[in-house]
Amino acid sequence: MRSHLLSASDLSREDAIAVLDTAAELARVTDRAVKKLPTLRGRTVVNLFFEDSTRTRISFEAAAKRLSADVITFSAKGSSVSKGESLKDTALTLEAMGADAVIVRHGASGAPHRLAHSGWIDGVVINAGDGTHEHPTQALLDAYTLRHHLAGGEGALDGRRVVIVGDVLHSRVARSNVLLLRTLGAHVTVVAPPTLLPVGVETWPCAVSYDLDAALAGADAVMMLRVQAERMNAAYFPSTNEYSRRYGLDVRRADLLADGGIVMHPGPMNRGMEISAEVADGPRSVIVEQVTNGVHVRMAVLYRLLGAADLTEEASA
Amino acid sequence: MTAADMPPRARVLDADDISRIVGRISHEILERSHGVHDLVLLGIQTRGVPLAHRIGARMSDIEGVPVPVGALDITMYRDDLSLRGARPLHSTDVPVEGIDGRLVVLVDDVLFSGRTIRAALDALSDLGRPRAVQLAVLVDRGHRELPLRADYVGKNIPTSIDQAVRVRMTEIDGVDEVVVEG
Amino acid sequence: MTLTLRNVRPYGEDAVDITVSDGRITDLAPAGSASGSADQVIDGRGLVVLPGFVDLHTHLREPGREDAETIASGTAAAALGGFTAVHAMANTTPVADTAGVVEQVWRRGVEAGYCDVHPVGAVTVGLKGEHLAELGAMADSAARVRVFSDDGVCVSDPVLMRRALEYVKAFDGVIAQHAQDPRLTEGAQMNESALSGVLGLRGWPPVAEEAIIARDLLLAQHVGSRVHICHLSTRGSVAIVRWAKERGVDVTAEVTPHHLILTEELARTYDPRYKVNPPLRTADDVEAVREGLADGTIDAVATDHAPHSREDKDCEWAAGAFGMLGLETAFPVVMETMVTPGRLGWRDVADRMSVRPARIGRLDNQGRPIAVGEPAHLVVVDPDAVWDVDPARSPSRSANTPFLGRQMSGAVVHTLLRGRPTVIEGALT
Repeated sequence: MRSHLLSASDLSREDAIAVLDTAAELARVTDRAVKKLPTLRGRTVVNLFFEDSTRTRISFEAAAKRLSADVITFSAKGSSVSKGESLKDTALTLEAMGADAVIVRHGASGAPHRLAHSGWIDGVVINAGDGTHEHPTQALLDAYTLRHHLAGGEGALDGRRVVIVGDVLHSRVARSNVLLLRTLGAHVTVVAPPTLLPVGVETWPCAVSYDLDAALAGADAVMMLRVQAERMNAAYFPSTNEYSRRYGLDVRRADLLADGGIVMHPGPMNRGMEISAEVADGPRSVIVEQVTNGVHVRMAVLYRLLGAADLTEEASA
Repeated sequence: MTAADMPPRARVLDADDISRIVGRISHEILERSHGVHDLVLLGIQTRGVPLAHRIGARMSDIEGVPVPVGALDITMYRDDLSLRGARPLHSTDVPVEGIDGRLVVLVDDVLFSGRTIRAALDALSDLGRPRAVQLAVLVDRGHRELPLRADYVGKNIPTSIDQAVRVRMTEIDGVDEVVVEG
Repeated sequence: MTLTLRNVRPYGEDAVDITVSDGRITDLAPAGSASGSADQVIDGRGLVVLPGFVDLHTHLREPGREDAETIASGTAAAALGGFTAVHAMANTTPVADTAGVVEQVWRRGVEAGYCDVHPVGAVTVGLKGEHLAELGAMADSAARVRVFSDDGVCVSDPVLMRRALEYVKAFDGVIAQHAQDPRLTEGAQMNESALSGVLGLRGWPPVAEEAIIARDLLLAQHVGSRVHICHLSTRGSVAIVRWAKERGVDVTAEVTPHHLILTEELARTYDPRYKVNPPLRTADDVEAVREGLADGTIDAVATDHAPHSREDKDCEWAAGAFGMLGLETAFPVVMETMVTPGRLGWRDVADRMSVRPARIGRLDNQGRPIAVGEPAHLVVVDPDAVWDVDPARSPSRSANTPFLGRQMSGAVVHTLLRGRPTVIEGALT
């Protein structure tokens, strides 16, 4: 793993599997009475959230705290970042505080990349979602969830068929998932109305379809993306009803999945829009589990980027 | 022979030596703890684990009752984290009997600085509250950096700080031996 | 005062000694034969001499953003780049949409003395695209404005564009269009391509440029006006302009140095240093604009020199300002992309960087031949000189060059404005 996590493409197959394996071990710690580990004691982890995202912020906070790191959270609301302070000035402030890791969520694509490569800070940068670019830890937790259900919780996802449905054009979750799932050997199909697919999607390492029923038939998992109603006003699709009819997941469609096939959603959901309530709460849904897995995966990422035993096994022996 | 005279690579224990040491330590533990009624062996990942299983099996043979054996991974408790690349985690398996109120014997292959044992004690305290904790090691090579000592030592091997002591166990490495390099 | 430029090769041809007096070339003699009685003698070392470069597209930022550039600092950079005239774009604060503002810019240029400054007048009041600015007043002013542009903003309203094209015929003016359909480029951040999809940056489709160019060429043809296309950047734009020229439309076009050499791949850095309008395009587009410049479809190299303060570039990509410096690196880029590969000879370089831009701007005393009696606007270039781009050594107040740390080959050695050196041995006089 490189010294930052900015894109799912930063992860080799070995790296990705190692993160998932580490997360699996850490999940076991969560089962015991004392959930905390001393691993990152004395390290400072900063949550830098220029965009509101309560669930991702809390997930990273919990992960860092369970590893005993000191956690500082800068949230958009009520802090200098909402008062127009530049990314650079915020970064210099964090550097002055001695941040070992900066977890950054930003509305501008590439902002974490800029933080990592501008020379403004020395710490590790973890992308917690940047604009319409990427959200690599979401992809890792999705891969973890997929592996748990489809691969016995071990190894990679070779040959598994995953369908990603919705606003691929604006989705950082879709970009990171396509990259990571491909790295792990899965076959990914993205499904969306043509208006919500980016130019050049045919060069992505996935199949593309406009036909949800055909793509779902026999697939092992479907990942529904949030569709914002305001896209309707920008003429991406005629109406929410039409979108829902053509690209929404209802019980009939969910049953097209293979036996044991699962339904995922990165949240927050628009029930009745891209996913029906029956499916979201139904037996195939692993949506709540995704949240739980998020903490373990983020612990694993923090551990692998920040923590490492200095002594080699030989030297300690 | 002093450490300085040692050839670059010297086998200091072979399979027979290790087997004899496992037997002796098994007897010593039984003797000191007056039987196995509340005993739990925890091997420290990675080579302490097969060692703990061998000692446990030998004790079971002697006593005629099974001895609970588990594994302890101390990676997340180390105090020497750096940016050198994280170690993979191994599993921690506590026997179903648990460790509360029991005599826990930690088993490791080599006792060196003592930092691994310090980390193991921290890990233990997050898992429960043993009645007492003891330590058994195959090799004590000296150079302690913490006020710790082993209760059961297979062999004391004086080394220089630059040397490496490599323990190989059949279960992991396909051979039983201890080699001093450097 | 007289000055002799010894041993220089006009258009790379036979070496001569050029003597100038009172701003004009008074003698051209075989190298080594000049009398040496001039007040000042400069050794040209057998280097190439060309007519002084003319930039059709320069942002000098004054009035309004003197922190980023001033008329003095920008024209000093222009002189170092071999320019003897620049056209100062209208998007200042206040906008150059009245005779008062353009006369002020023109006067400040004269005061600075590094090169002629010809203000470009805004087409519409405040660049708002609603009402025509007083184009005639600007044309009649002391600044004698002939080029009008809302650069930075496209004159997207077809009726307004038509009227502007027609109106400026009265004083032989030209509308220089910044071709960018505003609706197709809302929030756009980079060229729209497979790469913009991967980087998650809002795409800027080539069609947003090409559709406006096609419309304006048809409009110009219809009303019988001339039209100039600013900084065209795509293969499609080149093809459309070529098509229109073949049909006899009175169109001229420019390309920037950066679109001749840089591609969208630089957006991978997310460093706004590479953020520019129009955006950097693909390698195929770069090849197409080189072809267009070589065959004359594209008339001129124009820098679109766009200084920006540090805070406008030291930020995330989306927050960064559009634009990059260009005056001092224009010649080396043309050298590397066009001259060295043999696509343009020295007379062609003079044509695209001096003669045609002067003609488009209706500048009578710029872009003239190197001949006795002609104005002594001259630039001496060393095709073999190699140098490192270092903003700290530039008189520009900004540092947003896309060539930071890059080695350039080809350098401007001397620049003469009206027979007076503004640059000697690569340094301002």
